[in-house]
Amino acid sequence: MSDKIDRDDVSGTETTGHEWDGIKELDTPLPRWWLYIFYASIVAAVIYWVLMPAWPLANGYTRGLLNWSDRRIVAAEVHALEASRAPMFNRLAQASTADLARDPELQEFARAAGESAFGDNCQTCHGAGGAGSTGYPVLADDVWLWGGSLDEIEHTIRVGIRSGHPDARISQMPAFGRDHMLTVDQIGNVTEYVISMSAARERLQADARVAALGAQIYQEQCAVCHGATGAGDRVVGAPSLLDDVWLYGGSREEIRRQIDLGRNGVMPTWERRFDDGTIRALAYYVHQMGGGEPDVVAPAPAQTAAPAPGIDQGQGSGAGADATP
Amino acid sequence: MGKVTLIDRRGGDEQHGIEAEAVNSKTARALYAKRQQIYPKLAHGFFRNLKWTAMVVLLAIYYVTPWIRWDRGIGRPDQAVLIDFEGRRFFFFFIELWPQEVYYIVGLLVLASFGIFLSSALFGRVWCGYACPQTVWTDLYIYVERWIEGDRNERMRLAKAPLSLDKVRKKISKHTLWLAIAAATGGAWVFYFADAPTLFGQIFTGQASATVYLFIGLLTFTTYSLAGTMREQVCTYMCPWPRIQAAMTDQHALSVTYRADRGEPRGPHKKNETWEGRGDCIDCRQCVAVCPQGIDIRDGDQLECINCALCIDACDEIMVKVGRPKGLIAYDTHVNVEKRERGEAAGIHLMRPRTVLYAVLMVLVGVIMTYALVTRSTLDLNVIRDRSPPFVRLAGGDMRNDYALKLINMAPRARHVRISVSGVDGAHFISNGHRVDANGEIQVDAQPDAVSNVRVHVVAPSDIGAGSHRLRFTIIDTATGEQAGSASVFFAGAAP
Repeated sequence: MSDKIDRDDVSGTETTGHEWDGIKELDTPLPRWWLYIFYASIVAAVIYWVLMPAWPLANGYTRGLLNWSDRRIVAAEVHALEASRAPMFNRLAQASTADLARDPELQEFARAAGESAFGDNCQTCHGAGGAGSTGYPVLADDVWLWGGSLDEIEHTIRVGIRSGHPDARISQMPAFGRDHMLTVDQIGNVTEYVISMSAARERLQADARVAALGAQIYQEQCAVCHGATGAGDRVVGAPSLLDDVWLYGGSREEIRRQIDLGRNGVMPTWERRFDDGTIRALAYYVHQMGGGEPDVVAPAPAQTAAPAPGIDQGQGSGAGADATP
Repeated sequence: MGKVTLIDRRGGDEQHGIEAEAVNSKTARALYAKRQQIYPKLAHGFFRNLKWTAMVVLLAIYYVTPWIRWDRGIGRPDQAVLIDFEGRRFFFFFIELWPQEVYYIVGLLVLASFGIFLSSALFGRVWCGYACPQTVWTDLYIYVERWIEGDRNERMRLAKAPLSLDKVRKKISKHTLWLAIAAATGGAWVFYFADAPTLFGQIFTGQASATVYLFIGLLTFTTYSLAGTMREQVCTYMCPWPRIQAAMTDQHALSVTYRADRGEPRGPHKKNETWEGRGDCIDCRQCVAVCPQGIDIRDGDQLECINCALCIDACDEIMVKVGRPKGLIAYDTHVNVEKRERGEAAGIHLMRPRTVLYAVLMVLVGVIMTYALVTRSTLDLNVIRDRSPPFVRLAGGDMRNDYALKLINMAPRARHVRISVSGVDGAHFISNGHRVDANGEIQVDAQPDAVSNVRVHVVAPSDIGAGSHRLRFTIIDTATGEQAGSASVFFAGAAP
């Protein structure tokens, strides 16, 4: 170590002054551009501390001269977004079914708003796109327990099923086995009878002899809700037993188990959670999945007349999702 | 402060010599060397004029293009060249491209790549020397610098002179003009992305968006720093092209070459001395003085050399004065130099496998692009099958699949189209607000210059069997018969 500056003979660069077994280390200066950026960064940091929220304090933080808050900005943006959508939600809430059928712009809005609300709230049970699963009805098909018109769907969303709402839709499938209302043999017989009356009779190869044994039990115990022919009754929410669609599974064992245990699902009421516009949007979204019942939705006049471009396009088309001005 | 020697006594010929050190010459090149300012002298001659012409033409194209108008009808942009990010369109005179047609841009880039490969294989770095924006703007900046501060010697003298009112005035004028050019460069850039006359007004009234000002600022900064202060360092240190260049040229490629076979041995030459037994190079260093890259071309091919050919002009001028033939420095090839050194006949081979291949590829890509553009359909269809639920079993046992159809109408007019489905026996549309006509087809309007979304439901009989079935959607313009189709699948699930 020496005090005087030592220079390397070859490169002419200063050394650090250290020497290890004759090896010296060059003290190559930092590139100037690097150094300038380094100084500029220090200056920028100090300016940042003054202007922006920077230092944590015991309870709070330094707010900076600009009083910047990302949280406030996001809140303002969300508020602005809600405000910009409010007119459409109001229009939707006040629109009649016929109004909606005539208005592609409103349909597109309802579909988008409905899809968003459905994804956040309904999809957990009913599945994406209303795919459903065991115990949770498929919403995309044309099988409805309580009715598949826009009004009926909307009412179901409002009051829920066995939800505790005063007007909730309530049906009660008894647990015939668990509550000892029927014997194991009787349940087996009535299961075979139900299969024999349904569209699953060939798939499950219903045993006609056993089914005949269940016929009388069916008429005594089941027909009051499901109807004498098994057509079901939407007034009491009793499903049709004629098709091959089964809420709790379509195998012989699954059908038998539902008669045995009589499971009854619950859907919450959404009336208190959503405004009228959102509920209408949800109803519309579910209705347009493909199984919505058209007889109650009054068709727009143009739909029955000759093709009238621009009017009878139904939802989705032409509302300009990708349209440019 | 040392006195600047204007005439290099070593040069011998007092009329032509100049003191000029090639700051980037092979011997002076060091990794950690501090940058030395280069003061290129003004050259006169064919290549200087060619570069002036290229500069004026290219700058004119850049500044004027956004102002060219092109009538596309009412309510449509009337700017000939417009990259409309907001509307997601690219307008180029009679062509209008959508984002999904980006392959045309890819084709253009491929064409540009082969173009630069071909030009490099034929004439070396002509792109660098004449057309590169770095070269063009640097040329413009040096022109301004020369106009205010004078030519090489005056600039060098000014740089060494102590601070004075005149020096400050010159420096301020130069940098103000540079900044003005830089701002105009950034200003012209933003016109490509919005209606130029409208934006022009907005910029000066403070109504343009922050993005516009940001980009003007950004390009002002880059233009000023790259063309004004960094110059040759951009080519030497920042640009990848000099490195790629090595693969693009070969020994047959023309490049700015010092004909060592003719010039050596170099040395000062006095009037009336014999030219016998010596080379034509009188070591006047004019080629070094005019070089904007600070190299000595006589060191041979160098990474820094952008082949601007200004040294050719400088040398030719001297050759005329000393009464020797022009072309001591010229566009030539390595092979030729070696051949002449061996006393063989030199020649230029523009037709080589490499150049022929590049040219053929260019023609091929050009033909493909032209064909694609000419036969471009303005109607297209995209089909997105709903993934959830994968299929729907209806009460009657039939299967239903749902599809989101995107009707892409690139024409600026609304069109009435028929949608049909085929490929699966018994598959048919069911109504979903759309009218299904007697032929089982759905008729809808496709909005002008837009994508129209149409959701359709297709029902197939229960007996089609589980699994995927190929399905095809077709749309037909009812007026023109123009068609577009898209394949998809119909998925049927197994029994419950």
